[in-house]
Amino acid sequence: MQPISAVNDFVVKFANVNGSGSASANELFARSVLRMGVPVASRNIFPSNIQGLPTWYEVRVSGDGWLGRRGGVDLMVAMNPQTWDKDLAEIDKGGYLLYDSTKPIPASRFRKDLTLLPVPLTDICNHAYSDPRQRQLFKNIIYVGVLVFALDMDLAAVKWLIAEQFESKKKLIAPNLQALDFGYDYAREHLLGICGLKVKRQDKVGDRIFIGGNDAAGLGAVYGGATVCAWYPITPSTSLAEAFTKHCKRFRVDPATKKNKFAILQAEDEIAAIGMVLGANWNGARAFTATSGPGISLMQELFGFSYYAEIPAVVFDIQRGGPSTGMPTRTQQSDLMLAAYSGHGDTKHVLLFPEDPREAFEFAAAAFDLAERLQTLVLVMMDLDIGMNDWLCKPLAWDKDRKYDRGKVMTAEELEAGKEFGRYLDVDGDAIPYRTLPGTHPTKGAYFTRGSSHDRYARYSEDGGVYVEVMQRLLQKFETAKSLVPKPVLHKAKEPAKFGAIYFGSTSAAMGEALAALDDHGLHIDALRVRAFPFSEEVVEFINAHEQIFVVEQNRDAQLQKMIVNECAIDPARFISILHYDGTPVTARFIIKAIADRVNVGKAREAAE
Amino acid sequence: MTYIAKPKLHHPGLPTNKLGFTRRDYEGRISTLCAGCGHDSISAALVQACFELDIAPHRVAKLSGIGCSSKTPDYFLGQSHGFNSVHGRMPSVLTGASMANRDLIYLGVSGDGDSASIGFGQFAHCMRRGVNMVYICENNGVYGLTKGQFSATADKGSKAKGGAVNSDSAIDLASLALLMGASFVARSFSGDKKQLVPLIKAAIAHKGSAVLDVISPCVTFNNHAGSTKSFDFVRDHNEAVNKLDFVPPEKEITVDYEPGTTEVVRQHDGSFLKLAKLHSDYDPSDRVAALTYLQERAAAGEVVTGLLYIDATAPDLHEHLGTVDAPLNRMNEKELCPGADMLETINAEYR
Ligand SMILES: Cc1ncc(C[n+]2csc(CCOP(=O)(O)OP(=O)(O)O)c2C)c(N)n1
Ligand code: SF4
Ligand SMILES: [Mg+2]
Repeated sequence: MQPISAVNDFVVKFANVNGSGSASANELFARSVLRMGVPVASRNIFPSNIQGLPTWYEVRVSGDGWLGRRGGVDLMVAMNPQTWDKDLAEIDKGGYLLYDSTKPIPASRFRKDLTLLPVPLTDICNHAYSDPRQRQLFKNIIYVGVLVFALDMDLAAVKWLIAEQFESKKKLIAPNLQALDFGYDYAREHLLGICGLKVKRQDKVGDRIFIGGNDAAGLGAVYGGATVCAWYPITPSTSLAEAFTKHCKRFRVDPATKKNKFAILQAEDEIAAIGMVLGANWNGARAFTATSGPGISLMQELFGFSYYAEIPAVVFDIQRGGPSTGMPTRTQQSDLMLAAYSGHGDTKHVLLFPEDPREAFEFAAAAFDLAERLQTLVLVMMDLDIGMNDWLCKPLAWDKDRKYDRGKVMTAEELEAGKEFGRYLDVDGDAIPYRTLPGTHPTKGAYFTRGSSHDRYARYSEDGGVYVEVMQRLLQKFETAKSLVPKPVLHKAKEPAKFGAIYFGSTSAAMGEALAALDDHGLHIDALRVRAFPFSEEVVEFINAHEQIFVVEQNRDAQLQKMIVNECAIDPARFISILHYDGTPVTARFIIKAIADRVNVGKAREAAE
Repeated sequence: MTYIAKPKLHHPGLPTNKLGFTRRDYEGRISTLCAGCGHDSISAALVQACFELDIAPHRVAKLSGIGCSSKTPDYFLGQSHGFNSVHGRMPSVLTGASMANRDLIYLGVSGDGDSASIGFGQFAHCMRRGVNMVYICENNGVYGLTKGQFSATADKGSKAKGGAVNSDSAIDLASLALLMGASFVARSFSGDKKQLVPLIKAAIAHKGSAVLDVISPCVTFNNHAGSTKSFDFVRDHNEAVNKLDFVPPEKEITVDYEPGTTEVVRQHDGSFLKLAKLHSDYDPSDRVAALTYLQERAAAGEVVTGLLYIDATAPDLHEHLGTVDAPLNRMNEKELCPGADMLETINAEYR
C-alpha cells in the first residue's frame, strides 16, 4: 500500500477527550495553516457532556478553498484510547496515525496500511513538567509541534501566533513555545521524511477572516442596534448570547458613567425569554433571543402573538438534531417548517438563511430592520455547523453611512399635527400600519395591544368581517415581505442546464464544491441558494426554467421542498430530494453521489468516483 | 355589565388635579365584566389613585395576562398604552418593556389563575429580579373567564358553586412574594376602597417589585357561603395590620405621631408612607416576621390585609443591570453602532 501523498489537500482529525484542553491547541494548528495562506475548514464534533467523553476536531486543508466537510481522514491524531479502534477504522487507506507511544500497544491494534507517527508524548511531558495539569495541557501543544515538522509547516508563523494569542498573558508565551519545540525537535530526530502530507505556502486566504457564526451573529446584533437580549441556555445557541454580552461589554459601556447601553437577562425559560423580547420591542427597543429547537417549541404561543398583534421580534434559531432532545451537539436544518408556521391558527413568519458566519453577521443586523419595518417576528435560521465552528469567510462589512430602518413609528409631532392614527390601519397600501410607542403623547395615539381579534383601531371585535379584513391584510403584508427579504443567489453552470438545484444555509460550502466537480465532469446543474422565506419571485422563475430540481437539505422530511410546493403551488413531481440528516455536516462527496444515483448518467458516476 | 360612566363632556364643576385632568380622564372603555364584579372596584381604585397622584396617563403602561381580571386594563387609563398578553406571561412581557424604557410607570394586572397556576414561575421570577412595577393580582379563587373552576389560591376545603370541594393546598401569593424577594408586599380587598387606594398609591411610588394581592370576589362563580373569597367571608375575617396614609413628595409631613402606634417610611421618590399601627407588634420592615404573622393569622382563619412588608431602599432590576439613565429605546445608531472603522479593527483580530 502506497502511503498517501498530498500537498494542501488533506484532512487531519484530532481525537481527544472532552475537557482535556485540546481545543485551543487544535485551533492553533488550523490557524497556523491559514497563516501560510492555505484555506482550512474546521469542525468540532463534540458530545453533550462536560468532561470525559470523546470529542473530535477535523481540519480540512484545502488549497482549492473548499470549505465544506470533505469526509474521510488522511491523518489521525489519536489521543483518546476509548475511541482508538473506531478512529483507526476511519482513516483512509494509506493514511497516517500520530499517537502517544509511551506505553507499548500490541501490533494487532494497528492497521497494516497505515504509516505510523509514534511520539512518546506522556514521557516527554513527565520529564519536562511536574504539575499534572501542565503535563496534560502541553501534551496538546507538543503534538502540534510534531505536526508542524511532519507537514513541513512554517515554525516561525506558528510561534508568531502563539505570541499573539497570549499577548495579554505574556508569561504563558515561553512555556508554550518550549512545548512546541519539544514536539518539533522530536519529530525532526525521529520522523524525518515519513509523512507524505505537506502544507505549502500559498496566497489563497487573502483578507478573509476565521470566525464562528454565533460570535459573528452576536456582533451583528450589536451593530444592528439591539439593546435588549433575553435568553435561556441551550446548545448550540448559548455562545450567541455570550458573544453578544462580550461585544456589548467592549462597545456599549458608557466611558464616562461606566453604565451599560444594553440590558441582558438570563430568563427562567424560553417562554419568559420571548415574552421579554416582545415587551421590549413593543416598547421600541430592538430586542432578541437566541435558542434552538426545544426553545422554539416553547415560544410558539408568543410567536403567534407577535404575528397577530404585529410586534417586531428577532429570534436566532441555532438548529440542532431533533426531534425532542434529539442530538443536541449535532447539526441539522430541521426546524424550518416549525419556524415558518409556528403558533396556532393561520400564522407565518419571516425566515432568513445565512450561509456562513459573515452572512450571519449581515442577517443579524438586517433582521432588526426587517422586524421593525414589517412589524413582525423574524427568525434567523442558523445551525450548529455555522454557529459553533470557525469558518474562513470574507471580512465582515458595514457601510459607514448605514442608518437603521426603524419602520413606521408615528411621532408625537405627527400626532399633534393631526395625522390620523389607527394602529392597524393600512394607510400606505403596503399592508404595514403605523405604531406608536408607549409614552409618546399625552392625549393621542394610545392603543390597547391584544392577541384577541381586533379592528383597525385595535378595538376588540368578534365581528367575522372585521376579523377577516385584518387576516387578509396580514397575508398582503407577507407579500410585501417578499420584496424586502434578501434575494436568492444564482449560480449558473458552465453550460446550459436542464437540471436545477436549490439549497440554503450551511449546505452552501459543500454544494459549491459538488457543483464544480459535476460541472467538470459534464453534468451541468444551475443552482439557486435560497436566502429567505417568504420565497421571492426568482425562486418560482428558477424552478420554471428547469426540467428537474434537486433540493438539497439537511433534514429527513424535505422541509424546504415542501414549503416551496405549498407556497409556490408547484407540482411535487418536479423535485428530487437530496437529504442528509445524520447530524454531521453534509459533504460534497455525499451530494455528488446522491445526484449521480438519481440521474445515473456516466459523467455523474465519474464525478462520484 | 357595570359601567364606569363616561360622558363625552366633563361637568365644568368636576375637580381637576395638578395636571388639569379630571377623574374621568383616567377612565377607560366601558367594562364588560359582570355587574358587581370585584375587579371593577379595583379598576375604580386605580383610577382614583392615578388621579390623586397627578400622574400623566400616557406615562403609564398597563400590561396583563388572560382572564376577566386581565381584561380590566382596557377599562381604566384610556390614554395609556396597554398590552393584554397571553395567559400567565404578563411578568415577562412587562420585564422586557421595563428593560426597554425605565422611565414609564408599569402596572401589571393579573388574576389568581394567571399568576398562581400557569404563570406561577413568571410571578416568582419577576419578584426575584426586582422589576420596577406594581403587580396587582385580582384574586377571586376561581377561573372566572373559563366559568368557575378552582384556582390554585382557592382554600383547601372550600366549596365551588356546583358543590365540589377543593382538596389541594392553597397558594398564598403574599407569602410567596415575600419569599421571592419582593420589596413591597400588601394585601387588600376590592370592597375596601379606603385601604386599597392608598396602598396602590404607595405601590406606584415604590421603586422595585410591589405586589398587591387583592381579594376580589367573583359574584358569578365564587360569592356563596363556603367560599373563602366571598364578600361576606372577607368582611367577617378581615384582619387589618395597619392603616396607610400616602404623602406625596412635596408635602411635608407635619402629622405628629405617637411612638409605637405610627410609623413613617420614606420612599425613593421622596414620598412618605404614614402607617397607623392597629397592631403595635406589627413591623412592616421585617420580612421574616411578616411571613410568620401571615401564617399565624391564616391558621386562625383570618385574612390579614394592609402593608405587610416594605424595603424602601432595595435596588431594582435596572440597578442590578447597571443600565444607563436614558431609556434604551431612545438610542440611535450613533450611540449603539461601533461603526465601519471599528469593524476593520475587529476583522483584523480574526485573521
Ligand atoms: C394557554 C391558555 N390556556 C388556557 C386558557 C383559557 N383561560 C382563559 S382565562 C383562564 C383562567 C383565568 O383565571 P384568572 O387568572 O383567575 O382570571 P379571572 O377570570 O378569575 O379574573 C383560562 C384557563 C388560555 N387563554 N390560554
Ligand atoms: S365571571 Fe366572575 S370574575 Fe369574571 S367578570 Fe364575572 S364576576 Fe368578575
Ligand atoms: Mg381568578
